[in-house]
Amino acid sequence: MDDNMKHSLKQITTLFDSQMLAVLSTQSRDQPYASLVAFAADDNLEQLFFLTPNTTRKYENLIDSPKVAILVNNSVNQADDIYNAISVTGIGTAAVVETSDKTQLLNMYLKKHPHLKGFSKAPTTAFICVAMKRYFMVNQFQNVVEIQVKS
Amino acid sequence: MKPLLKIEDFINNGIDQVGGKAFCLAKIHELGLTVPKTVCIPCRIYENYLKHTRIKDTILLEINRKPFKHMRWEEIWDISLRIRNLFLTTPIPQNIQKDLFSLVVESFGKNPVAVRSSAPGEDNAASSFAGLHDSFLNIIGANNIIKHIKLVWASLYSDAALLYRKELGLDIHTSQMAVVIQELIPSDRSGIFFGMNPSNSNESVIESVYGLNQALVDGDVDPDRWILSQASGKILSHIEPVRKQYAYPNTEGVGFADLSEEKNQTPPLDDQEVFQIWETGRKMEALFGRPQDMEWTFCNDQLIILQSRPITSVGFKESDDKRTWYLTLHRSYENLKKLYIKIEQHLIPQMIAEAKRLGQTNFQTMTAELLCQEIEKRQTLYDHWVKVYWADFIPFAHGIRLFGQIYNDAVTPDDPYEFMALLENTGLKSMDRNRLLERLAQMIRSNMDLKNMLEDDMIPEMDHPFRILLDKFVEEFGDLACTTGSGNECQYGDNGIIRLLIEFAKQPPKQKHTDGPDIKLLKENYMNSFPAQKEKFAADVLHLGRESYRLRDDDNIHLGRIEARLIESVSEGQSRLSDPLISTDEQKMLAQIPALSMVSDDVSRSLEPALSDKTSKRWFKSRQIVGHPAGPGIATGKARLVKNPQDLLDFKQGDVLVCSGVDLNMTFVIPLASAVVEERGGTLIHGAIIAREYGLPCITGASQAMQLIEDGEQITIDGYLGIITCKTDEL
Repeated sequence: MDDNMKHSLKQITTLFDSQMLAVLSTQSRDQPYASLVAFAADDNLEQLFFLTPNTTRKYENLIDSPKVAILVNNSVNQADDIYNAISVTGIGTAAVVETSDKTQLLNMYLKKHPHLKGFSKAPTTAFICVAMKRYFMVNQFQNVVEIQVKS
Repeated sequence: MKPLLKIEDFINNGIDQVGGKAFCLAKIHELGLTVPKTVCIPCRIYENYLKHTRIKDTILLEINRKPFKHMRWEEIWDISLRIRNLFLTTPIPQNIQKDLFSLVVESFGKNPVAVRSSAPGEDNAASSFAGLHDSFLNIIGANNIIKHIKLVWASLYSDAALLYRKELGLDIHTSQMAVVIQELIPSDRSGIFFGMNPSNSNESVIESVYGLNQALVDGDVDPDRWILSQASGKILSHIEPVRKQYAYPNTEGVGFADLSEEKNQTPPLDDQEVFQIWETGRKMEALFGRPQDMEWTFCNDQLIILQSRPITSVGFKESDDKRTWYLTLHRSYENLKKLYIKIEQHLIPQMIAEAKRLGQTNFQTMTAELLCQEIEKRQTLYDHWVKVYWADFIPFAHGIRLFGQIYNDAVTPDDPYEFMALLENTGLKSMDRNRLLERLAQMIRSNMDLKNMLEDDMIPEMDHPFRILLDKFVEEFGDLACTTGSGNECQYGDNGIIRLLIEFAKQPPKQKHTDGPDIKLLKENYMNSFPAQKEKFAADVLHLGRESYRLRDDDNIHLGRIEARLIESVSEGQSRLSDPLISTDEQKMLAQIPALSMVSDDVSRSLEPALSDKTSKRWFKSRQIVGHPAGPGIATGKARLVKNPQDLLDFKQGDVLVCSGVDLNMTFVIPLASAVVEERGGTLIHGAIIAREYGLPCITGASQAMQLIEDGEQITIDGYLGIITCKTDEL
């Protein structure tokens, strides 16, 4: 892995560790939609996770159309955000986690969001994994790099 | 970081670390007066616990779920219960636990202790809110002491503390709690000293009981009371109670026993001891610069000071809102036991007899004057029972809460409401009523002729089995159309009850739910969580909780029967008033009766949804409404907004009952409902209890649901998460 890529991945990891919430973009029947989710990423940034009630519009959308985008950034609502903040957009495919390693993945998620333990236990709460394909990192106003995670 | 400080180190650490109680005790100790052996877990350990376990985030989530100003007392209690359980189930980080354990063992071994709160500012002059945070007596063993340290921390968020959060300056980001551990003094006699009598500033007050002070503080034992001259300590008066019992350290906690014949006749203090307490109180006043509220005890004739705090004028007793009443709902086990006997053996039989007696009146033979007297008599009677309801029945409902707390302390379950499963199936009166409705519905299902007849608005003859059972139902529970408040037509209320029964008959009977945890196992687990000596106590508290749960429902039925008798008489009055043949004198006489001239606000109140017309360019619509999950499950159905009682009679199978608050007279439609939504909050409120009996999803505390949901719209009730989702148009 080249140093630039290593450096960028490290920046993304640091950003993801520092932020609790992400903007999730879904779409269904040609209609886009955006919502906030409390997210966590796995160690190698290949998967992002979040919880949602299965009665929400975002859940309906991602079941209908699993390709989603997720935006994470560290702006603090100041003018200098435009050059100081880092924004990362990731695209990938979402699915409800129903595999045998669900407990392990959920524990990893709850390590970052322990206060959502009660929420995660409800039978109507879906644990979603987004298998990431590519990241777009923006810093210093318009510097953009793209990182392919999985082809 | 040392997790446990000795009393000699309290002052150096400062009041911000050791809290008001510990700081005062250190000052008293420094003055050379006797205090029990005392150590303190400083605030930094609490802070450390929150930081390492990250339960702060969960507490924030709990207390920010809904603005406090929109919460009822029951909802605040629920929050407090969940936070308490969070502390109980979250272990102290291992490194702190290890040090704490060895220091507690070193300090107290297996001796019994008191574990008390000591919040900074708790006992200072600016805010004296005694009793808002918890203290525990007779705790034995390091692990148990550590568990109770966590419970004291949790009491920073007790319902009482949350109610007085503004006055206390409670803020999760900054609020702290230190804990005091004191050796438990085997008290011969104990009591309080009040340096300044609140009703006369020239006097001081001493109250005393035999045994532990807890009995006095909880109001379980009436104390001897002395009024003294504040300046000289001269006894001005001595009020003697009927002395019966005293509190003593039980296996764990506090037990009660009868006093000996000799002690029954002898005050706990002689005049010299009264003077000694006054003299000590004066020393405290000199030390702290203002009159004190001091707790003391005698052990082998030595006076020991348990705690002292300044008397202030800003305590919660002076507040003019309902919070003081809410706090009186906290009853001790002893108090609830007495209340149970009063309700079960006296009040309920009286109510039943009263309703029966009133049912025997024949209005037809009454003159207008007699009828007016009868209505007024019934109104007075009903008002009396409403007062009894608030004074005795509502406080007895706290038995459910007391059991829940004792269950959670003993079992430490993941689900703080696990205890509810042990309260169900207590034979609720409203379930009996619903079973009778179901029997009537079954008759319609199995008899096509009867069905056709009823659908044609015809009522079978008096000797028809259906009619006999229907009359029995009305005799027992009143005509639902009447008791739901229509008051205009009580003879099968415009066939309202028949319409409802036809609706019941359309579907197979709804069975009482049988899913859920293994009750036998839960009960065994609960009982096994107590040492053998406390098994009886555990069983008694469970019994009290179940009776409290049952009566929470039944008392409404009994009150409803008396109300129905009032409505019957009012209805007769209305019927005579609308009679064209009535004389002018009779009309005047009847019109003077308030119940006959009043237009019910409740019924006429309009609750239009706050929605704009969706045909216009801009519109507003609620998509999700968050309440409190009060019955697990998920269901989708048409919202049936019950604004007035008549709406219930048009209730259809599968509708979602949406209302401000479910009362007794609504629960008969619950077997038809697919889910229940209440604006009123709380897990243990009436509607939630009945919904759980049927296994229906239920959400309580959904503020403004009546405004935000439209009648007839499709909604989904997620009873696991407490979320109502309204179906909106495709994007």
